[in-house]
Amino acid sequence: MENLSFLFAAYAAVWVLLFVYVVVLARRNRALEREIEELRQLLQRR
Amino acid sequence: MMLSGNRRRVDVVLAPLTGLGMLAAIYMVFIYVPSDKVQGIVQRIFYFHVPLAIMTFLAFGVVAVASVMFLWRGTRFWDRLAHSAAEVGMLFCTLVLITGPIWARPVWGTWWTWDARLTTTLILWLIYAAYLMMRTVSGPGEQGARYAAILGIVGAVDIPIINRSVYWWRTIHPAVLVTREGGSGLNDPRMQATLGFCFVAFFLLFAWLVWVRNENARLRDAVEDMRQHILQR
Repeated sequence: MENLSFLFAAYAAVWVLLFVYVVVLARRNRALEREIEELRQLLQRR
Repeated sequence: MMLSGNRRRVDVVLAPLTGLGMLAAIYMVFIYVPSDKVQGIVQRIFYFHVPLAIMTFLAFGVVAVASVMFLWRGTRFWDRLAHSAAEVGMLFCTLVLITGPIWARPVWGTWWTWDARLTTTLILWLIYAAYLMMRTVSGPGEQGARYAAILGIVGAVDIPIINRSVYWWRTIHPAVLVTREGGSGLNDPRMQATLGFCFVAFFLLFAWLVWVRNENARLRDAVEDMRQHILQR
C-alpha cells in the first residue's frame, strides 16, 4: 500500500473538480431559468 | 433544467448512464483490477489519467470541427458547441495536468519535468485557456466568436504533436501501455478491460457535460433574444 496518498490525491482532485463544475453548471442553469421566467412575465404584462 | 421533449429524454438517459458508468469505473479501478508489479498501487491513476487525456483531445477536436462549421455556416449552434466543448476540454486537460504529476512524483521522483509530451500538453492547456478568455472578454458578439473560432482551429494542431511527441523527441513519458511479459504495463486482461471500461465511462461523462453546458448556452441565447424582443417593443 505504498504511495496510497498519491492515489488518494489524484482521485480526490478528479472528483472535487468534476463535482465543482457540475454544481457551477447547475447554478448557471437555475439562474438562467429564473431570468427567462422573469422576462416571460415581463412580456405578458406589456 | 428547462427542457422539453427530446431534450428531456436525452438528459434523463445520459445523466444516470454516466453516473452508473463512473461508479462501475471506480469499482473496477479500486477493487477489480490487480496492482502493477513494478509501479504498485499508484499505477491505478492511469485508469483515469489516460481516458481524461483522450477525452481532452476529443473535446478540442470537437472545438476545431465546430469552429470550422461556424465559420462556414455562421450558425449559433456550431458556436455554442465549440464553446461548450472547449470548456469541458479545459476541465479535462486541467485534470490531466494534475493527475500526471501526482503519478510522476513517486515513479519518476519529480512532480514536473520539461519533457516533450508534458510541455506540449501544457501548451494545449494555455491555447484553450486563451480561447476561453477571449470568449469571456469579447462577450456575445459575432466578431469575438469568429476570432475565437480561428484560435480553436489553430490550437488543435497541437493534438497530433502531443500524440507523436514521444516518438519525435527523447522523452521519459510512457509511449506504450502494454510491454513485454513480466514488465510494467497493462499485461493482465483485467487491466485492459478496466482501461477500456474507463474509456467508455469518460466518453459518457464528456458527452453529458458537453450536453449540459450546451443547454446552458442555449438558455443564455434565449435570454438574450427575449431581452432584444423586449427592447424592440
